Amino acid sequence: MSPASDLAIRTRGLRKVFGGKVAVRRLTLEVARGEVFGFLGPNGAGKSTSVKMLLGLVSPTSGEAEILGQPVGDVKTRSRVGFLPEHFRFYDWLTGEELLKLHGRLYGMSHAALRERVPVLLDLVGLAPHRNKRLRDFSKGMLQRIGLAQALINDPDLIFLDEPTSGLDPIGRRLVRDIIKAQRDRGATVLLNSHLLGEVEITCDRVAFIKDGEVVESRELHGESEEQTTVSIRAVNVTVEVLNGLSQWSSSARTEGDRLTLTLSSNTLLPEIVRYLVAKGVDVYEVAPQRLSLEERFLEIVGSDGGL
Amino acid sequence: MGVWIMAGVTFREAARKKMLWMALAAGGAFLILFGTGLHYQAKNFADRGTNPVLRREISSAMLTMGLYAIDLLAVLMTILTSVDTISGEIASGTIQAIATKPVPRWQVLFGKWLGFVAMLTAYITIMLGGVNAASYFMTGVTVRHPLSGCLLMWMESLVLLSVTFALATYFSTLTSGVIALGVHGLAFLGGWIEQFGAITQTQRAVNVGVMASVLMPSEALWRRAAFEMQSPLANAMRISPFSTLSVPSMAMVYYAAFYLAIALLVATRRFSLCDL
Repeated sequence: MSPASDLAIRTRGLRKVFGGKVAVRRLTLEVARGEVFGFLGPNGAGKSTSVKMLLGLVSPTSGEAEILGQPVGDVKTRSRVGFLPEHFRFYDWLTGEELLKLHGRLYGMSHAALRERVPVLLDLVGLAPHRNKRLRDFSKGMLQRIGLAQALINDPDLIFLDEPTSGLDPIGRRLVRDIIKAQRDRGATVLLNSHLLGEVEITCDRVAFIKDGEVVESRELHGESEEQTTVSIRAVNVTVEVLNGLSQWSSSARTEGDRLTLTLSSNTLLPEIVRYLVAKGVDVYEVAPQRLSLEERFLEIVGSDGGL
Repeated sequence: MGVWIMAGVTFREAARKKMLWMALAAGGAFLILFGTGLHYQAKNFADRGTNPVLRREISSAMLTMGLYAIDLLAVLMTILTSVDTISGEIASGTIQAIATKPVPRWQVLFGKWLGFVAMLTAYITIMLGGVNAASYFMTGVTVRHPLSGCLLMWMESLVLLSVTFALATYFSTLTSGVIALGVHGLAFLGGWIEQFGAITQTQRAVNVGVMASVLMPSEALWRRAAFEMQSPLANAMRISPFSTLSVPSMAMVYYAAFYLAIALLVATRRFSLCDL
């Protein structure tokens, strides 16, 4: 467990019941500052309700939650938070520039600061040529882009992005990825709620799978994995003696032609295993750790009826 | 600060969405119609050499009729323009981008309320000024107590605005509109029952009217405004539809102010606590 001061989000047994329906059962979560965190789960798993509780839009039935070290609902803390709602909608009679200025004013930014900040953001999301166009004339993708810009107007320390790439073409998705990376580079924390698992896999440092209103698994996406891994090795001259010797690292070892498959408790054992094989006269041509993709793991957790 | 930002954006919304301009255009058409009617009436008085007292009372009755029409327009304008601002934004999710800003929710709601107050104040001032000016230039007649009359009509709109806001924090746009108009309709009917009760000296009927005013004091404010504005003779005329034989007391006016404050408080509290 990280010290509370290092956490951007911390929840303990957060629960929300609407009428008789449990939307979030028991959400316990920690997101470190500076982390890009993916929030994954099927439809109706409680992701949006969880995000709304963290933003103070929905009151928890029980449990506790803090963002940036303050209890959720603290008005002052919101000046350090940015939020892009799913299907961003706003007053369609405003122009893109007016929308950003209004949101900046609501954050307490001065007119002088906004005169500098608004053109930069319009440029960042590719809407500079449309600054004076009214929102009613925006496409879905343009609305999503201007929504993203308003979520960044105050240089937030914590950014909630709810399906930020919905409605965006591949260029727009790339833009969102680049923006998220830039936010991480400047030290901001991003909580990303997305159904596009490929994007989450590329963008996030860590993900949590949520099902029936509680976190069922969380995993690191980059760096050395500590979890169980299957390794496929192309090698020749693997004798029975070598196979038996591998049992000191591997819970299972089998050969099929020149393919040796091992199940390891961690990828960190690989160099030692390769040294062993070479020492035993085995010719090693290829070593390929086989991690379950995020999508495979998602389907494994959610099951075939997930999202219905 | 948040209050003024929200008030400004709400007022601008009314102007940008052409609500205010369309209402003023409709009001302009009404003033032209009213002025034309007065013109021919004044011409007829001059041609026939009508008795000045009768001329004055008929002109005064026509002015009250004009004020009554403005009151009706203001009531409809108040409810129809404001009913969607809270419930509609909650339903569409628009409010989420505002409610997550460092502005307390009560400021968001109160700011929107102030924006509508500014719009309704402009509308009522222009319309009342227009009707009074038309009457003055055509017939030489103006209302008896313009300031108190205008303030009471303004207050009636504010009561309805606050009730509509409170309803919109509980119900959908359509349901809120139906309830707000329905409750005002009850008060309207109660007002007439009270008048007939006063004419026929049926105390129980008067009591029914008073109870309706307790439930919704908007119509009572109009009747008090009419009493303040029209001539004493018109007030006493039992046959006039605008006669105010059972005049709502000042206690009812204070009650309406209290009612307004409570409705606004309920709206603010509910909006501050509800899930968005």
